[in-house]
Amino acid sequence: MIKVHIDLNLCQSHGECVAIAPDLFQLDENDFISWQEEVDDSRRADLEAAVNTCPMTAIRIEG
Amino acid sequence: MRLVIVGASLSGLRAAQAARRAGHEGELIVIGAEPHLPYTRPPLSKELLQGRQEIEDSALPVDELDVQWRLATEATGLDRARRRIRLHDGDEEHYDRLIVATGCRARRFDGPGAQLDGVHTLRTLEDAIALRAALKDTRRLLVVGAGFIGCEVAASARSLGVEVTMIDIASHPLLPFGPVLGERWAAMHRDHGIELRLGVGLAELLSDDDDQRVTGARLSDGTSLQADTVLIALGAMLNTEWLTGSGLELDPGVACDPTLTCTRDPEILAAGDIASVPAALAGGARVRVEHWTTAAEHGQLAGRNALVAHDERTAHTAPPYFWTDQYDAKIQALGCPALAEHSELLELAPDGGRFVAACVQGRLVVGVVAVNAARRLAWYRRALQTPRPLAELKEALAQEDATLGSPVGATP
Repeated sequence: MIKVHIDLNLCQSHGECVAIAPDLFQLDENDFISWQEEVDDSRRADLEAAVNTCPMTAIRIEG
Repeated sequence: MRLVIVGASLSGLRAAQAARRAGHEGELIVIGAEPHLPYTRPPLSKELLQGRQEIEDSALPVDELDVQWRLATEATGLDRARRRIRLHDGDEEHYDRLIVATGCRARRFDGPGAQLDGVHTLRTLEDAIALRAALKDTRRLLVVGAGFIGCEVAASARSLGVEVTMIDIASHPLLPFGPVLGERWAAMHRDHGIELRLGVGLAELLSDDDDQRVTGARLSDGTSLQADTVLIALGAMLNTEWLTGSGLELDPGVACDPTLTCTRDPEILAAGDIASVPAALAGGARVRVEHWTTAAEHGQLAGRNALVAHDERTAHTAPPYFWTDQYDAKIQALGCPALAEHSELLELAPDGGRFVAACVQGRLVVGVVAVNAARRLAWYRRALQTPRPLAELKEALAQEDATLGSPVGATP
């Protein structure tokens, strides 16, 4: 499994990650981010794209 | 295989990372004109300028990337027959595959007074550090150009208590967001105390006799105003001169097919600001997008595509996305709003502060602009991959239950 961290001090709700993987990342009514914290290895490509496309470099993955 | 990337900013870094991740085990060389490892530019006009972020925070993580960095090194020419890049110090670099990602630089004012002290542009980290220091002692800032950089710096300077005059030859600010919404952006800046003068350009920068320091400006309508610091924000110029004479097609960007492969040389790909790539939302015409997300996406794709033969490369399909933060508004855009003839509100929150507007060309929606509506923008990214008739998009929207609210009777 891959662990997903988002630094909420950095996140500005651009929604890049939501566009890349809407099942793993969501924005709520107030545009606050929520995400799946443990993700199957099969989704590594999506997670890497989210990490590399986040304008705030707020996403970090581990494992 | 020796992969060389010219350009050590966001696009070049993402290309290097993607190439390694996709299994490139050969040599990987990144050539950059600036002395720094890659850093991210969006904070330079906002958080960094406002003192809410430090210089080191703008560094982009470079991981444990096995890259040979050649920094403070400018590419000056390309010899495709010999597959050599000429460098400013007379050296050469050989490539098997090449990614060009040299980006843009700030356009300068070339009229009288351009060389005076106190006249700034903003593109690099050094520019931001110099402007930040200057704003500490600035009473009145003149911003020349009301595009992204101009508007963001104007907003940042206001937050520091600086008096700001912003001028633009255009009839409203932020042209890339389309022709109609401009009234709204103009009102936003005026509401925050900016003296905004539209339809007027800069004629001359002024100083007192025998002094090299700027004291004001004379404008194209003959009026003069005082300023102790001036930001020239007249847009960007392409760093493509080094490719002149290389035989690559320049339009004036580097002409590419949808896989970012240069039209005249399958061994060379382009990424970021300088890449001119067919876009579905522009009806298949080639467009250049000078924005962060495109640079990141292009880099990732070019890094992967550079490793395989031309017919195995994949296309860039994501619509352009760009944003700006000014005061308390996050303005996000999708597609090609600048191509629109008019705009129409699609969603509006009851408090009026959040909305989504369609940018319409003929009957077709070619982009959307959202203010403080990030969650909703994600829906449009899926719904608007290609131009769609406005009526059809509205029908799809009617099936959605989580919109901001109905805009009936309101105007953007």
